[in-house]
Amino acid sequence: MNIFAPIGRAFLTLLAQIGGLTMFMVSSVSSCFRPPIYWFHIARQIMRIGYFSLPVVGLTAFFTGGVLALQIYIGGNRYGAEAIVPQIVVLGITRELGPVIAGLMVAGRVAAAIAAEIGTMRVTEQIDALTTLATNPIKYLVVPRLVAAVLTMPILVAIADSIGVFGGYVVSTESLGFSGGIYLKNTVDFVTHQDVTSGLIKAAVFGFIIALMGCYNGFHSKGGAQGVGAATTNAVVSSSILILFANYVLTSVLFSK
Amino acid sequence: MNKTAATPKIELRGVKKRFGSKVVLDGIDLKLDSGSSLVVIGGSGTGKSVTIKCVLGILRPDSGQILVDGKDVTRIRGREREAMLRKFGMLFQSAALFDSLSVWENVAFGLIQGRGMPRKKARDVAIQKLAKVGLGPEVASLSPAELSGGMQKRVGLARAIAADPEIIFFDEPTTGLDPIMADIINNLIVDTVRDVGATTLSITHDLVSARKIADRIAMLYKGKIIWHGPTKDIDASGNPYVDQFIHGRAEGPIKMEVKA
Repeated sequence: MNIFAPIGRAFLTLLAQIGGLTMFMVSSVSSCFRPPIYWFHIARQIMRIGYFSLPVVGLTAFFTGGVLALQIYIGGNRYGAEAIVPQIVVLGITRELGPVIAGLMVAGRVAAAIAAEIGTMRVTEQIDALTTLATNPIKYLVVPRLVAAVLTMPILVAIADSIGVFGGYVVSTESLGFSGGIYLKNTVDFVTHQDVTSGLIKAAVFGFIIALMGCYNGFHSKGGAQGVGAATTNAVVSSSILILFANYVLTSVLFSK
Repeated sequence: MNKTAATPKIELRGVKKRFGSKVVLDGIDLKLDSGSSLVVIGGSGTGKSVTIKCVLGILRPDSGQILVDGKDVTRIRGREREAMLRKFGMLFQSAALFDSLSVWENVAFGLIQGRGMPRKKARDVAIQKLAKVGLGPEVASLSPAELSGGMQKRVGLARAIAADPEIIFFDEPTTGLDPIMADIINNLIVDTVRDVGATTLSITHDLVSARKIADRIAMLYKGKIIWHGPTKDIDASGNPYVDQFIHGRAEGPIKMEVKA
């Protein structure tokens, strides 16, 4: 047997996947700017993607901020630099951990839900039914989710940033002996506009990735329950990996100056 | 002869479709006259569903032409395609009702989303159409999941005829139903189609259903139309494949393929 055949086949499959995803992305994005726009569905997706993700994102942000304070205190202690805790917490949260943790949590929650819902619609012919009812499934299903995710992720991350800093504040003042007033003053004095906005830009990109991968995998699922399960897994795994990859690229671009 | 009678409602010319290396449609030629009822029969995996999906544009044929009202629709896109699809209604095998919407919203979907009818008016139309398929207004606000399979088929039928389409497709309309419910659905198909005067294309492997709803029958085997004629001639087709199929014999020229 030719050992190169499986390698070639895998490579061709990968190329076909990338091509398919790119075409799906182009038609989805261009559909965002062409009527009809389903405002009601956008509003509903904002609730589902944004509002209902608040508890899980808030909780993870709180604990992340708290543990960050603890670790920085321990690390800083070795150089006698414990006082640096508030500055590093706010920097770490707004630039990296806020967007990335929120992105990964929402990827697990929302990309899975989108892929399962659209995947089930695919295998039960509901997407074909949309087409026969003269309704473009991309505009009806994909655009509302894409728009909602891109709009709500920055808001979610802004909230996650605040809660994360608050988590660091609680741990620092309650168990590390910081004074509350000084902690807050150091935080506010240190953080810059760019720290926050770069995180929010990342958030919008992550929102796009999450909705796109959820919709793409759902749309292309086949073969019943098992296919929908595979689509859900792929949506979560691929969006998580793409978020981490995009995070690196965005960081290097946003802070290249 | 006037022109409308001369132009078939739907015409397929040499339509071919393959998935990877598997040839599903191998040059289909088919004509549907306006107001006629054609049933395509054939075993599982012979390309019946693919044929319908090609006409609707859900799948794009690799070659050949599909003409609706004399116009080639294989390459049209966007708004033009949506306008073409407004001529169609379709009943899916699994009914394919939207489970996030209520029964009446399902029936009225094409009216509200496809044609911009106000919701209140669309609801009235939906309830009328539900009455046509023998469902009372009390089911209108139920969710599709609360209905039995036969009831879902009825709602699917109401949805298919909601916008008074010129052409209606039926994908395995009786599959998965008990014989009585199957007969009820067949009657509804015949009645509702007579009402709206639509051209219909159905695919099925249920011969009882085919005999009841078809003017003409075509048999599909290995991606080709191997027989085509009026319903009454099917018992005397002289075609061994057709004979084997309509008598449901395991022995004969047709070999069942295991892989889809």
